[in-house]
Amino acid sequence: MNAKSHPISSSRDESNAAPAGDDPLDIEAAFRDSHVGGVLESLDRELVGLAPVKSRIRDIAALLLIDKLRRAVGLSSGPPALHMSFTGNPGTGKTTVAMRMAEILHRLGYVRKGHLVAVTRDDLVGQYIGHTAPKTREVLKRAMGGVLFIDEAYYLYRPENERDYGQEAIEMLLQVMENQRDDLVVILAGYKERMETFFRSNPGMSSRIAHHIDFPDYTPEELLAIAGLMLQQMQYRLSAPADQALREYIERRRAQPHFANARSIRNALDRARLRQASRLFERKGGSISRQDLETIDELDIRASRVFGERLAT
Amino acid sequence: MRITQGTFSFLPDLTDEQIASQIEYCLRNGWAVSVEYTDDPHPRNTYWEMFGMPMFDIRDAAGIMTEVSACRKTFPNHYIKVNALDSTRGRESLRLSFIVGRPAAEPGFSLVRQEGPGRSVRYTTRAYATERPEGERY
Repeated sequence: MNAKSHPISSSRDESNAAPAGDDPLDIEAAFRDSHVGGVLESLDRELVGLAPVKSRIRDIAALLLIDKLRRAVGLSSGPPALHMSFTGNPGTGKTTVAMRMAEILHRLGYVRKGHLVAVTRDDLVGQYIGHTAPKTREVLKRAMGGVLFIDEAYYLYRPENERDYGQEAIEMLLQVMENQRDDLVVILAGYKERMETFFRSNPGMSSRIAHHIDFPDYTPEELLAIAGLMLQQMQYRLSAPADQALREYIERRRAQPHFANARSIRNALDRARLRQASRLFERKGGSISRQDLETIDELDIRASRVFGERLAT
Repeated sequence: MRITQGTFSFLPDLTDEQIASQIEYCLRNGWAVSVEYTDDPHPRNTYWEMFGMPMFDIRDAAGIMTEVSACRKTFPNHYIKVNALDSTRGRESLRLSFIVGRPAAEPGFSLVRQEGPGRSVRYTTRAYATERPEGERY
């Protein structure tokens, strides 16, 4: 760090804005003050996998922190454009990361309030002429000072209907993304191929988005780790055979159509909870211990449709 | 004659930055901010036209500043004010209200004398602008 900060301090001397020689302290203090370390750490802890996403968030955090320091010593620091697009298959954590992004950007002082306004086409596009502009303006006003998250953004543009009002919403979005960059950050999210088509037909949108982040699918190990985290949050435990059953479940479920990564895992666990509850309910007469209440058994998972279908075919 | 009324009537006109930080203060207190305009500057004219609905769910002053500048663009020669409504039970009234836009030329008021019984005189004021119909005044 010392070696790196040297050229900065020498170039700063000629602008004589601040006393020299305190650079290493500066960056550490700034890092501490921004609490961004805590955010990045919890990102690492609570989100499994997603290596490219995490490294990009780290880059952005570093850039904003350095920019802050540059501003403090009087170097020019234009606010970077931070509009992003998140692409990836269902259940890869796009919304979760967007929520984190709002918090990170707020801690770094890039957005003033740090709230997330999540919308879809219905919230932006109206049903008749003249309805779209007020609706979009309303949403933009609400998102000012925070992050506007547009889920499944490609629905905004419907090429098959040339009188679709979505185009109007896109134009208003573009204008605000360009002119009020320091007032709000726009994040578009959706499935990869359809987002690519969307960007191809709206090159203005694509060029105003600085960060195109792709969310990879999870590996089976990562899915298992996610299941572990979810169970921990819901205060359940898997018995040892159930753990093995879940492993097999993930293998099989991944091969089936409509696999939605972490979302499928959440649904599977929710159904396992249902089965566990009715299993305990059936067992009238005997007493139920705390351990019974928090343990999900092998049978609760093995009873799934996923195992049944495989056996039948 | 420069017309003043409302919270900061004793100050020169606020800059946009000052307006934004006043709005920020209102939002921090949980007040709903609204924008109103009129071309009838009489001090007893309390009911100005609303420029859109009061904004209840805005988190940042930038959102309301866009509305203020939209109002200025639509009515460049009207008086424009920003109100902040406190909806706390028992209060339920305006906490703050100040002028953020005014016509370029303000002709002011004339004094009108009315002959009363017994040679008494009643005085009132009347804005020169209101001699013309609404919408053509400034």
